[in-house]
Amino acid sequence: MAQQGKAKSLKDLNEIRSLIKKHKKNDFLFAATGMFVIASLTITLIILFLDLIIDGYPKFNLDFFSNYPSRRAARAGILSAWIGSSLVLLVTFFVAVPLGIAAGVYLEEYAKKNWFADLIEINVSNLAGVPSIIYGLLALGLFVYTFDLGQSILTAGLTLALLMLPIVIVSTREAIRAIPIHIREAAFAVGATKWHVVLHHVIPYAYGGILTGVIIGMARAIGETAPIITIGALTFIAFLPPSPIMPEVPFINFEWLDSGFTVLPIQMFNWISRPQHAFHINAAATGAVIIILTAIMNGAAIKLRYNVRKKIKW
Amino acid sequence: MQDLVISPGLAKNFRRNFVERIIEIGLLLSAVVAVFITSAIVYILVVEAIPFFQHVSLYDFLTDTVWTPNYSIKHYGIMALVSGTLTTTIIALIVAVPLGTITAIYLSEFASHKTRETIKPILELLVGVPTVVFGYFALMLVTPLIQKIYPDLTTFNMLGPGIVMGIMIVPYIASVSEDAMRAVPMAMREGAYAMGATRFQTAIRVIAPAATSGIVASYILAVSRAVGETMIVAIAAGQQPNFTFNPVESAATITAYIVSVALGDLEHGTVGYQSIFAAGLTLLIMTLFLNILGHWTRKKFSERY
Repeated sequence: MAQQGKAKSLKDLNEIRSLIKKHKKNDFLFAATGMFVIASLTITLIILFLDLIIDGYPKFNLDFFSNYPSRRAARAGILSAWIGSSLVLLVTFFVAVPLGIAAGVYLEEYAKKNWFADLIEINVSNLAGVPSIIYGLLALGLFVYTFDLGQSILTAGLTLALLMLPIVIVSTREAIRAIPIHIREAAFAVGATKWHVVLHHVIPYAYGGILTGVIIGMARAIGETAPIITIGALTFIAFLPPSPIMPEVPFINFEWLDSGFTVLPIQMFNWISRPQHAFHINAAATGAVIIILTAIMNGAAIKLRYNVRKKIKW
Repeated sequence: MQDLVISPGLAKNFRRNFVERIIEIGLLLSAVVAVFITSAIVYILVVEAIPFFQHVSLYDFLTDTVWTPNYSIKHYGIMALVSGTLTTTIIALIVAVPLGTITAIYLSEFASHKTRETIKPILELLVGVPTVVFGYFALMLVTPLIQKIYPDLTTFNMLGPGIVMGIMIVPYIASVSEDAMRAVPMAMREGAYAMGATRFQTAIRVIAPAATSGIVASYILAVSRAVGETMIVAIAAGQQPNFTFNPVESAATITAYIVSVALGDLEHGTVGYQSIFAAGLTLLIMTLFLNILGHWTRKKFSERY
C-alpha cells in the first residue's frame, strides 16, 4: 500500500517536472520569437537604408545638389528641390511652432476645466488622426482657391504647419505637465503674474520637451508628400524662387513666398514614376538624402528626450 | 474741484492686468485654431462635394462598382476605390497585427529595461521613415522579391505595398499596446508568478486580457493609418481604379485616386475635380469613425484597478 502511494507520487512528480519543462520551453520559444521579430524589423530598416544608398550611390556628388532637374537623367539634380524644401520648412516652422506652443500653454496653464477646453482637446487629438492627404484637400480648397494663394511656397508651408501643429501642441502639453506645481507657486508667492510664470519658468523648464516635439514634427514635414501633391505642386521646376536675402536695404524680401516650387519627396516621387531605370537611380539618391535628414533629426530628438529625462530631477 | 488722481502704483497695476488679459486672449486664439482647422476640413470637403452629389446620386456613388471619371461614359462608384483601400489595409493588418503584438508583449513582459531602451528608438526611427521612401521600397525591392516566388505578379499590385504598409504600422501597434500592457499593475504579474506561472503564461492569460482595450485600440489606430496611407499605394499599387479584392491585381485606393487627379490637370469646377472631394469626404468619414471607435474602446473597456 505504502509502496503504491510512493510510486504514484513519484509519477506525479515526474508529470509536474515534464509540465514545468514544457512551460519553460514555451517561455523560451516566445522570447526567441520576440527577439526574431524585432531583429527582422531592424534588419528591414537597415536593408531599406542600404538599398537606397547602394542604388543611389552613382549620384552622390556635388553636381547632384547643384543641378536642376533635367530630361536627361544623368544631368538631373535636386537643386530646386532642396532649396524648395528648405523654404517651405522655414514657413512651416515660423507658423507651427509659435502657434503650437501658445495653444499648448493655453490648454495647460490657462484653460479652465469646462466644455470649451474639452472641445479644443478633442479637436487636437482628432486632428492628429486625420490622414495627411485630407490636409492637402483642405489646403486646396482653402488656401489655393478661397484665399487665392496659388500653388506657392506659402501654401505648402501653411499646409505642413497645420499637419505639424498637433505634434507641437501635444509635446508642449506633456512637457508642461511634467513641471511640478511648487515651481509656479514659488513664483506666484513673490508676486509674479501668470504670464511671468509662464515666460520665465514654465517655458524654460519645458524647453527640452517642446524642442523634441518640434524636431519630430519637422522631420515628418520634410518627408510629407501627399498633401503637397494634392495642392498641385509642380513636379518639374528648373528655376529658383527669389532669394529671401537681398544685398540692399531692407535686406529681406518676401517675394519667394509667392513662388512656384518643388520639394525633395515630390522630386523623388516624380523620378520613381518614370519608366527609365536611370531616373530610379536619381530617386534612390533623393530618398537617401531624405532618409538621412529625417534619421538625423529623429535621432537628435530621441537623444534630446533621453537627456531631458535624465537631467531633470525636481 | 480736484482732478481724479490715480496713483502711479494703481496705474501700473492696471497696465499689467491689461497686458495679462491681452496675452491670455492671444493664447486662447492659438488654441482655437485647432477647432478652426477641424471645422474648415469638414466645411471645405462638404461644400466642394455638394455639387458632385448634385451630379451623381448618392445611391450610385455607394453601389456602383465602376469608377471611370476620365472615360466618355462616366461612372462614379466609390466601391471601386474602397475595395483597393480595404484589400491593402487587410494585407497590412495580416502583417502588422502579429508582428506588432509580439513586439509589444516582448517589450513589456520579457525585455530588460536596457533592451527596451535600445529597441524603442529603433521603432521610432521606423515611424520616421517618410512614406515616399517606403513606396520606393515596395516598388523596387518587395514586389521584385515576391515576383521571384510568384512570377505572374504584375509590377503594380496590392500585395507588395500592403506588406510594406504592414511593416510601417508595426511600431504604432507595438507602442500603443505596450503602453497598455505596462499600465497593468505589477501586483497582477506578481500574483501570477506566485502561482507558478511562467512569463509567457502571465503575458497571455493575465496581462493581455487585462490590457485588451488598449490592444484593440492600437489595432483600430493601425487600420485608420492604413486606410489614410497615400504614397506607398500611389507608387506601388497602381492608379487604375479596379473593383477587386485580389491582392495580386493592381488597383487604386481612395488616396491614390486623389493623387492621380492632383497630378493630372483637371479644371477647377469640373465633376472630375469635385470627385476628389467626395472621395476625400468618404476617407474622412472612415477614419473619423475608426478614431472615435478607438477612443471609445479605450475609454469604455479599460479596466480600473
